[in-house]
Amino acid sequence: MSDASIALNRFGLGARPDEPIPADPRKWLHGQLTAFEPNPAPIAALPGRRQIAGELAEYLDQVKALRQQEGRAPRRAQAGQAPAMQAQMTDAAPEMAQGYQMAPVAAMASGGKQPATPAFDPNDPVAQARRFAQRQARDYYVNAVGGRTVAALTAPAPFVERLVHFWANHFAISIDKVQVVGLGGLLEFEAIRPHVLGKFGDMLNAVERHPAMLLYLDQAQSVGPDSLIGSRFGNRPNRKLGLNENLAREIMELHTLGVRTVYDQADVTEFARAMTGWTVSGLNRGPGARFTGTDGQAGDFVFAAPLHEPGARMIMGKSYDQPGEHQAQAVLDDLAVHPATATHLATKLARHFAGDTPPPALVERMKAAYLKTGGDLPSVYRVLIDSPETWAPQPAKFKSPWEWSVSTMRALGMKTAQPLMVTGLLNQLGQPTWKPGSPAGFDDIAASWAGPDAVLRRVEAAERFANKAGATVDARALAPKIIPASVTPATTQALARAESPGQALALLLVAPEFMRR
Amino acid sequence: MFDRRSFIGAGAIGAAAMAFAPKMAFARAETDKRFVFIIQRGAADGLGTVAPVGDPAFAAARGALAADFETAAKLDPLFALHPALANVGGLYGKGQALFAHAVASPYRDRSHFDGQNVLETGGAGAYQVKTGWLNRMLGLLPPTQAKAIAVAATVPLALRGNHEVSSYAPSALPQASADLLQRVSMLYEGDSQLHALWSEAMGTRALTSDMADDNGRNAAATGALAAKLLAPENGARIAMIETGGWDTHAGQRTRLALQLRGLDGMIGALQTGLGPLWGDTMVLIATEFGRTVAVNGTGGTDHGTASSAMLLGGGVKGGRVVTDWPGLAPAALFEARDLKPTLQLDAFIAGATAEHFGIEPGRAMAALFPDSKGVRPVEGLART
Repeated sequence: MSDASIALNRFGLGARPDEPIPADPRKWLHGQLTAFEPNPAPIAALPGRRQIAGELAEYLDQVKALRQQEGRAPRRAQAGQAPAMQAQMTDAAPEMAQGYQMAPVAAMASGGKQPATPAFDPNDPVAQARRFAQRQARDYYVNAVGGRTVAALTAPAPFVERLVHFWANHFAISIDKVQVVGLGGLLEFEAIRPHVLGKFGDMLNAVERHPAMLLYLDQAQSVGPDSLIGSRFGNRPNRKLGLNENLAREIMELHTLGVRTVYDQADVTEFARAMTGWTVSGLNRGPGARFTGTDGQAGDFVFAAPLHEPGARMIMGKSYDQPGEHQAQAVLDDLAVHPATATHLATKLARHFAGDTPPPALVERMKAAYLKTGGDLPSVYRVLIDSPETWAPQPAKFKSPWEWSVSTMRALGMKTAQPLMVTGLLNQLGQPTWKPGSPAGFDDIAASWAGPDAVLRRVEAAERFANKAGATVDARALAPKIIPASVTPATTQALARAESPGQALALLLVAPEFMRR
Repeated sequence: MFDRRSFIGAGAIGAAAMAFAPKMAFARAETDKRFVFIIQRGAADGLGTVAPVGDPAFAAARGALAADFETAAKLDPLFALHPALANVGGLYGKGQALFAHAVASPYRDRSHFDGQNVLETGGAGAYQVKTGWLNRMLGLLPPTQAKAIAVAATVPLALRGNHEVSSYAPSALPQASADLLQRVSMLYEGDSQLHALWSEAMGTRALTSDMADDNGRNAAATGALAAKLLAPENGARIAMIETGGWDTHAGQRTRLALQLRGLDGMIGALQTGLGPLWGDTMVLIATEFGRTVAVNGTGGTDHGTASSAMLLGGGVKGGRVVTDWPGLAPAALFEARDLKPTLQLDAFIAGATAEHFGIEPGRAMAALFPDSKGVRPVEGLART
């Protein structure tokens, strides 16, 4: 690969034919560190937290009211109904995943009759949960993916845009949970984008206080056993009330220090105790909810003192005796600048830009820059740009489905994208946005993406893109623009011999040098 | 009748062929010869098609798969034909079916993708030759006969090359991207990672064939269609039909029977459609490689080496199995697992087509299988 091709494809999101090939690739990348747009138009135009969280709060209130009705009406409140509904709410997510596909939504939009679906009963909590989840999925999730995509297509700083995607995957939530379907995009837009060129500690802080994360990893329901609420209600039978370690563990394991590093189970539990009280206004459920939802607007972070475990915490040999909210904050601040965190983040960044097996020397240099600057991310990015390891001429990475899709649309000169087309495409290619299925996020190694069926699906998708582009694109002229000075003779020959412009374009989009970066 | 290119292009190519035509001696038959190549993609199990029931190791090695042959009619003391091949069996009785066994192309590894490339290009190894042997054969025929058609939406590799060929398929067949898939195959030739992934993907794709669909009626319809394309005076003389679904890794007993029933129906429909022209027709059926002698843990067989091939039609000197049988005893197997190749498919095809069309056999060998040109074509396969 030429340096220009590396800058455009390995660092950037793929070239656009209507943008010049950078004459000085390194300077072009450095310049992007001041050209990034944190809140670009396609994202600014999306519904905000007020609307999405407000609907979610309303929905949760309705569920609560329905449950209470059932409690008063023994005829309908059959044993096991409430748990059944819980399960149904969880099940709603995979069902929605199908809802993202074009067909069902199109059928709804066209007003076509769906005789198989029973009439909507507003008093049926299961039907209500399903309808709510479908609406949030359609209205918010799909459009947020669309906004993210258009931002990626039109980004003034595609290298930084790629870093946004990197960090969103680092701090992954998965919209398998009905409460976070609508909020998934907001985590990236509200907590990642504003801090991608700041200190890691600030990004960490914004993420762990975000409603999507607090709900996804159950922090919102965590109650200190000796807190005001915990000591009063925690020991009652049939009350699920107590400490939830989920978020505390994933912060240490995934977000900061890294798995099997410098902490143990006791540290996780202590950190979880310190975090009690960090919750979400208006969206919390469970017995402690009424003590938490009175301050602020629905969806905002709130510290609920009645849930907080009192006392000092001992974490990794250090005592934290700060009051209330500040206790967990102090832990987070220390975690953000811990050497294990620096190693963890430097390794992941190096893997993303220099190859599946990150070069140790590069990791060390990035780690040093991170620790020297107290986690200043641009300082780390500069090491990436200035290191020889990231400019190796052999392709370093097999593109993920997202990377391939975005680079394809950019290569085709697209500046807009139908949100449903994008979500459908990414589902088919195996990387539904914000839905990696686990807080560990999507893998960043070729073995996870380079499968026989995955390649076949890309070929099929390429053909669809090419059919749509028709004869308007000459792949032979496009190739040197999107893969400057790096098109192989085999690809050149295949394009020249193709039987139609569309076929040539499809071949270019699946050429080995376009499948990798 | 021909939907796309018809034979307009063939005229131009034909003029070029005419220039050297007078130097070649053709046996001008009263009616033009017809030739059909049916490719079995996915490695068809020769041992399960033309079974060596007289081999002492057969029953033990094949276990449950051998049961199909308990009632099958014997072809000779050694071999029996799968009972699903009723039409083919009838042709054998009339001396119009010939089987070659322990036959293989020069390819010795076990990738469908590479194996089919060798089978179709006629090269000694994958991707060494860029055009198909059936296309190169057109250059050996008089212009009036050098008209070939793929009974598919796109032209398979065996028919690709310098000579213009046509293709025809009912529009209902969703094969629109087959051409792209093939070009992607070529594009990935030099990329070891993508080549391996693509081979695997194409192998899986071959599993979802329509050979057994609709209880074999699709296959029969394809045979009837091929006959319609070959029969008219101004029609094609050479046709190629692609069949898939032969990669029987699991549940082979049921699946192979359905596949063979489909193939048998295709042959029956072809023969019926051609009517008296069947007497001047030769049908070649061949696959990229065979399958393991032993049955695997899922009632199927895995990728092997030698397999069987068939010649059918009134132009065939049939009623026999042509083989130098290597035996199925463990010590006789290729790499301790596969039927050992003792007959070269290249020599078999070159000999059969040369005799059928009256081409000098050495010339056919050199044109069709340039890397095997020292090899002597098999003689005496066709009625001349």
